[in-house]
Amino acid sequence: MDNLEKNSKFKKFSQYKSQIALLIMTVSVFGLFMITSPEVFFKGRIYQAFLSTVPIMGLMALGLTFVLAMGEIDLSFPSTMALSGFIFTSTFQATGSVILALIYSLLSGVIVGFINGTLVTSIGIPSIVATLGMQFLIRGFSNIISNGLAKTVALDKTISYKIFAEKLGVIPVQSIWFIGITIFFYFLLFRHRFGEHVLFIGDNREAARMMGVNVNRVKIMVFILMGIMASFAGILSCYRMRTWWPTMGEGYIMMVMAAAFVGGTSMFGGEASIEGTFIGSFVIGSLEAGIVAAGLSGFWTQFVCGVLILASVTIHTLVKRRK
Amino acid sequence: MDKLVEMKNIHKSFDGVVALKGIDFEVGFNEVVGLLGDNGAGKSTLIKIISGVHSFDEGEMYIKGVKINPKKYSVKMAHNLGVETVYQEKALADKQTLWRNIFIGRQITNKLGFLNIKKEKEETDKIMHVLMGFRGIGVNADSAIKTLSGGEREGVAISRAMYFEADLVILDEPTMALSLQEVKKVLKFIQNIKDKGKSCIYISHNIANIHPVSDRFVAIDRGKIVGTYNRKDISLQELSEELIKYTKSSIQIN
Ligand SMILES: Nc1ncnc2c1ncn2[C@@H]1O[C@H](COP(=O)(O)OP(=O)(O)OP(=O)(O)O)[C@@H](O)[C@H]1O
Ligand SMILES: [Mg+2]
Repeated sequence: MDNLEKNSKFKKFSQYKSQIALLIMTVSVFGLFMITSPEVFFKGRIYQAFLSTVPIMGLMALGLTFVLAMGEIDLSFPSTMALSGFIFTSTFQATGSVILALIYSLLSGVIVGFINGTLVTSIGIPSIVATLGMQFLIRGFSNIISNGLAKTVALDKTISYKIFAEKLGVIPVQSIWFIGITIFFYFLLFRHRFGEHVLFIGDNREAARMMGVNVNRVKIMVFILMGIMASFAGILSCYRMRTWWPTMGEGYIMMVMAAAFVGGTSMFGGEASIEGTFIGSFVIGSLEAGIVAAGLSGFWTQFVCGVLILASVTIHTLVKRRK
Repeated sequence: MDKLVEMKNIHKSFDGVVALKGIDFEVGFNEVVGLLGDNGAGKSTLIKIISGVHSFDEGEMYIKGVKINPKKYSVKMAHNLGVETVYQEKALADKQTLWRNIFIGRQITNKLGFLNIKKEKEETDKIMHVLMGFRGIGVNADSAIKTLSGGEREGVAISRAMYFEADLVILDEPTMALSLQEVKKVLKFIQNIKDKGKSCIYISHNIANIHPVSDRFVAIDRGKIVGTYNRKDISLQELSEELIKYTKSSIQIN
């Protein structure tokens, strides 16, 4: 009994070891920034900026965490973000209705996710190939329907602007959405039947099937979830900039994947860390701004980013192996 | 309705590989059927059709008199019809905990689908102590499957089937990694199924184990039923001689 308890306590500790390592890394990155440019990093403004930009990539990283937990990948989300952003702004311009714009925009994310999921399940195309194709197709499609022209919209004149772009006190609302959805996703993945099915599919698809999990349906639903998160990120981007632009989302693909990997989610499926993705998003998302503000050239961003990814993934892997 | 399972002229192939070529097979109420045959004969394919994992291409199947539509039939429906299976592959997810593996597909949840983890863990503890009689040090409801030994894994798969009490229990080579003492427990479990008036399909290469607990033996060879024997009419020695005709290597007499 004594032995048993010790054993489970040890397991609990090692379970959090990767998260602790990640936190130490985060703190040291910001500590470094504080030493090199105290005038920027001891003021609130830069953190406010992070809190409004990081959630946009973070929401997609949360969606991707589900996809990775299932042992699949999605490369189409940056274009989905652009397509949904375009549908949002053009519906709003045409009808003046925010509600209608939100519905159509999120619906486009659902449709993209459904197509991705169907290509992967019914046809059996590997997800990396199917979503790569979709990535080009959707980007091309939104350029065709938008003529490749940016759109400026007066979203700041609507009440919804308060919900999607302003601040609650000193806290940007984007980060409140991000925290809320992170908590919801945590419970969805680890405390809900749906999340358990996702983990089992990523771990052992045949076992999941033999125990009565409808593998194809769950997979399609996860791709839809990813699509919805990309749409929502597109909507928040449009609100933030009050503009839609045709290259929206480009550059996110590597950052979003990096956020999930730094957070401790692996590509093997069957395990994931929602809280890790949350922290990883802030680490990766604030790096560029931090390095530039620290007076270093942008070249350093990629270098430091690479160091962080390799260091954190090495730690996660070692901790898991020891378990 | 006088049979629990009735299969008529069942055909099944996988991408051109024909696994079953017109199977007529039945399991009566309160009957234990030993299913015998060489490697690759089609035993697992047959039971996976009954348990809803595979559909069939041709033929008819009835469970408790219900006609099964192969396009609609599923593992879930099989569970609801009271069919419980221990698969040869064990169907366990390595990185997940024991309690999640017990309840996967049949979780205890609230109305919104959120898991009652406390209850699932309590039940798992009970299953481990009462059904499995686990003595392994450091194994508990929170242990990941990958930390268990081969025999412990089989124990988990069998206990899972015991826990969800069924009208038909299918055991596909459940004793491969078990010690003699554990094999005895499995045989007792089968006897129990019989005593409770339920039915069982038992697949094993060890006919010495299968002989005393079965009511009837069905031999299958290259996708076809090649023999049916009542235990009353055939001794262990006769049965093994009969089977040597179809199976060369895989039968163990003791
Ligand atoms: N999922 C599958 N895909 C393709 N072929 C399969 C599949 N499952 C079984 N088969 C083929 O069907 C035939 C019968 O296999 P099955 O697993 O039913 O045999 P078995 O009697 O259970 O053998 P064993 O004693 O080795 O478990 C084999 O030739 C096998 O290769
Ligand atoms: Mg088999």
